[in-house]
Amino acid sequence: MSEPDTPQAAPVPAVSRAKDHSPWNWLLFIPIVVPLVTLLFNYDSPRLFGFPVFYWLQLAFILLGVSTTTLVYQMTKKRR
Amino acid sequence: MWRDHLTEIIVFAVLFLLVSGMGFVAARWRAPKDINHLDEWGLGGRSFGGWITWFLVGGDLYTAYTFVAVPALLFGAGAAGFFAVPYTIIIYPLVFLVLVRLWSVSHRHGFVTPADFVRKRFDSPTLALIIAITGIVATMPYIALQLVGIEAVLKTMGVTGESTIARHLPIIIAFAILAAYTYQSGLRAPALIAFVKDTLIYIVILVAIIYLPYKLGGWGSIFDAADAKFDASPSTNDGITLNANNQLQYITLALGSALALFLYPHSLTGVLASRSRDVIKRNMSALPAYSLLLGLIALLGYAAIAAGVTPLPGSTEGTVDNNTVVPLLFEQQFPSWFAGVAFAAIGIGALVPAAIMSIAAANLFTRNIYKEYLRKDASPAQEANVSKITSLVVKVGAVACIVFLDPQFSIDLQLIGGVIILQTLPAVALGLYTRWFHRGALIAGWAAGMGLGMWMLYQIPNPATKRLHFGGSAFPLEKFGFDGSTKTIYVGLVAVAVNLLVAVIVTLILRAAKVTEGADGTERDDYFADEGDPRLVPGPRQETELVAEPTEPAPKV
Repeated sequence: MSEPDTPQAAPVPAVSRAKDHSPWNWLLFIPIVVPLVTLLFNYDSPRLFGFPVFYWLQLAFILLGVSTTTLVYQMTKKRR
Repeated sequence: MWRDHLTEIIVFAVLFLLVSGMGFVAARWRAPKDINHLDEWGLGGRSFGGWITWFLVGGDLYTAYTFVAVPALLFGAGAAGFFAVPYTIIIYPLVFLVLVRLWSVSHRHGFVTPADFVRKRFDSPTLALIIAITGIVATMPYIALQLVGIEAVLKTMGVTGESTIARHLPIIIAFAILAAYTYQSGLRAPALIAFVKDTLIYIVILVAIIYLPYKLGGWGSIFDAADAKFDASPSTNDGITLNANNQLQYITLALGSALALFLYPHSLTGVLASRSRDVIKRNMSALPAYSLLLGLIALLGYAAIAAGVTPLPGSTEGTVDNNTVVPLLFEQQFPSWFAGVAFAAIGIGALVPAAIMSIAAANLFTRNIYKEYLRKDASPAQEANVSKITSLVVKVGAVACIVFLDPQFSIDLQLIGGVIILQTLPAVALGLYTRWFHRGALIAGWAAGMGLGMWMLYQIPNPATKRLHFGGSAFPLEKFGFDGSTKTIYVGLVAVAVNLLVAVIVTLILRAAKVTEGADGTERDDYFADEGDPRLVPGPRQETELVAEPTEPAPKV
């Protein structure tokens, strides 16, 4: 028993192989970077429903995050 | 006095017992063929679909402590506490691609913990041991924090006594129940309870964010009240927007915490329990619904300012326990029965993550310490048994932290926990992409990051609790030689940067010195395997089939 872990079989048909590389993935940087640029929204006005911009805009970034990840997921989904 | 809170206590107790019953029944839910296998007990059979994973991971990441402590931060310091929102936004796109790779390689090799992966990838039991111990040490105070969350609620209901034991008896009972059903049902228990927890929390928060502004004169006047409070306070670091001093801290804390969150073993447990890559990816776009909830809960800290809430006294003379502001807000603004529901939501909200965390810590011990060093030939049933017992030990430890130590100490420890778990990033997260790093260099980097992180935390005082060391995670840049700078930066991010730098340099040195690297036990294809992969390592179900049909003896060569 020299190499118990090495698979002997021929390459398995790639039925379950997922694809990870896609240019769409670059879009994911948008919701990672935007919420971190606090210089752009660290203000009280304009207010929306009484919320200072610092708060309502960051809550809005949640929607930005959801829509970006959903878009990337849909565009890179495995076709069946 | 607890008699004044009788309605709240009854509603709380009824809901609490209801979910405990569910916890026991959970063992039969989605009935496994054999619960005495670590895959079944510790990962729910790796079979959870979209909804269950959503509740499980959500229940895992947004804990009772978050719901109590984040508004408490806003109550005390203002905008700086809102970092929790960007932190939970950037985490999902950040891990969208990373976690599916970990899921794939774990699915194919039967990994239960991140240390299992590191063991195989870098061929180093020592590195895996370091990762496992780091995970256990970082998780323990996190469990204790869930108890701090329940304790804030119990304190508000007046369920508290004079002696140490009497004061903590309700928590000891609650945790004994939790320990019993986790022992029996494993990961299925928190997965089932998470449904109830989230339903309660969503109802409570929706009512609160509509009713409270109505009662307190609208969101505009809530923010104005907070603004007025911070203007009047002597501190220069508070306010409803950030200032020049804490902006860098806000950004680095949000980023560092996001990186840390999915390195915690318990978050990986929820992810590995899911059925397929697809389930994970869909969840990464659906989980931010919780962030919206978190953002709104955070703002309850300002609502408490507008409502004139005064926090209850802390455990040491002359301090206040800001963690009680949200429970107090509910108690003062809502009818008793609704406050009872809100308290139950927080209490149950503590049980779900505490259960998952203790399971994750137990799995680390079983796989990477017990099986690796104590009993190499442990059968799956023995593994499951050791994990069950370890999960009990972990919970007893967490209760002991709360009973015998100052709760503030658990909070400080958790802060350290975030910094130390980040030091596993090069081996675990980058390891999923590259094997460029040398195993020895990863150990050196870990040691450097850990040492620097601890030194920095030691330097930070906390004026509010009058402590000289380990008082926070905001490190003044001035101490790095930026003279006159008043800016601060998150310790964890600095430490992990140094960790990486050391890992790169030492890799180059070890490679030049031709130190052996060990063999990579994984191959490229492993990182893309999906549900229904034909080359899975035999799990519990396949194993029984193998026994039924013994394979032919290999032909002699």
